[in-house]
Amino acid sequence: MDNKQFKQYLQLLKKEKRFVRLYQLIILVVFFGGWELFSRLEWIDRLIFSSPTRVWHTFIEKVSDGSLTLHVSVTLMETIIGFIAGTLLGTLIATVLWWSPMLSKILDPYLVILNAMPKVALGPILIVALGPGYFSIIAMGALISIIITTIVVYTAFKGVDPNYSKVLQTFGATRWQTFKEVILPASFPTIISTLKVNVGLSWVGVIVGEFLVASKGLGYLIIYGFQVFNFNLVLMSLLIIAFFATIMYQIVELIEKAIIKNNG
Amino acid sequence: MGFLELEHIHHSYFSSTQAKEVLRDISLTIQEGEFVSFIGPSGCGKTTLLSIIAGLFRSTEGKVFIDNEEISPHNQSLIGYMLQQDYLFPWKTIEENVTIGLKLIERNKKSHKVTANALLQEIGLPHVGSSYPRELSGGMRQRVALARTLAVNPKILLLDEPFSALDYQSKLKLEDLVVETLKAYHKTAILVTHDIGEAIAMSERVFLFSANPGTLHKVFEIPTELQELSPFDVRQHPAYSEVFQTIWKELESLG
Repeated sequence: MDNKQFKQYLQLLKKEKRFVRLYQLIILVVFFGGWELFSRLEWIDRLIFSSPTRVWHTFIEKVSDGSLTLHVSVTLMETIIGFIAGTLLGTLIATVLWWSPMLSKILDPYLVILNAMPKVALGPILIVALGPGYFSIIAMGALISIIITTIVVYTAFKGVDPNYSKVLQTFGATRWQTFKEVILPASFPTIISTLKVNVGLSWVGVIVGEFLVASKGLGYLIIYGFQVFNFNLVLMSLLIIAFFATIMYQIVELIEKAIIKNNG
Repeated sequence: MGFLELEHIHHSYFSSTQAKEVLRDISLTIQEGEFVSFIGPSGCGKTTLLSIIAGLFRSTEGKVFIDNEEISPHNQSLIGYMLQQDYLFPWKTIEENVTIGLKLIERNKKSHKVTANALLQEIGLPHVGSSYPRELSGGMRQRVALARTLAVNPKILLLDEPFSALDYQSKLKLEDLVVETLKAYHKTAILVTHDIGEAIAMSERVFLFSANPGTLHKVFEIPTELQELSPFDVRQHPAYSEVFQTIWKELESLG
């Protein structure tokens, strides 16, 4: 009897999953189908909104002349390095602040100012300081996530139940041992969740950086397409960005699952 | 000279609005292998006193000696400290949790595994070494916490209400286990509790503290016939309720 009900329950779960997948697919088809249809019927301006088939043609063309691979790999590289650098540096600064409560008190108002400041506004200064190249774009991708990472991770460090540290102190642990054995592992869930935010932020930083200065990359393609009024190019770049940003996010989620497994 | 000596301990906490005196002139002596309890109303500074003995911070005045060595944050003795909850690290296996103290003290990893296995055997959980804390019940976790404190072979055990978060049945079982294990290793122990019954059942002497500021009010000697029994059996003994009444009245008189 129980077994039968359990099987029914499993079937119900399966059915529900199929239902969800079906509607997700329908939304996708309706979006691209509607876009194509409206464009062909000229209900929307074809010059500005293009159409899926025209975007697809542009895509094939750019792939076959090899230029797309270059642009995509440049942007991906910049984003990944910016993302990793931003997260690592932010965590490192948070560690220093945790280490020295006095320093954290002194720096507190400056962190607030830096956090409130729109980082992309620093773009022109970065370019002048670091030169118009990959380096300033990567710096932008990192800069945009450093401060928020610092603040969130530092808050997590401080929020670790002091009794865990007390356990180690009764064994005569040094501050470094306490950090390594308790503070850092207890904060892993928070660090991972900042990774998720940072993925999105790094894309913003890099794309804006490329708007400003680049001669390669997806941000450059968007700006170039806009300047020559080739919106096939702009929309294609957007779709590619959406694709790769999603993949990066999924990878971070996989890492999260692997690390958080025993942290609950 | 006793194994643990407290000499005129005073302690005050300072905040931006006030200075609060929590401990006033505490002097006491505990012999090696003795099991004593600290009881008293909340706010009598029991936990503060325990932290000072552990060398977590220095008292405003006074001195602590363990085995003739003065204790301070820079010269901690080997102590085992059990808290209200187990505070096992959820990201470490049971074995890693048990050996964390050893890992911090010395790095020879091979002997750690042997110690861990022996201790887990001792506390009646021989097969959980590779499990994670979340897979264990509250009582089992607190037993693992006991193994963790014993792993470093501490000179003295400080038990800060370690049974208060457990259900009654687990609590009774763990009391027996703790007394039995500590007797076997001939360990000195201080139990902080607000449960008079627990104090009588487990210890040889009971130190009653009064609050605001914390002072040592009275010391009760538990009758020898009770000391020899396990905590569970003490509770069934006719002499138990008599001792309970005496301490209860004294505690009531403190208000």
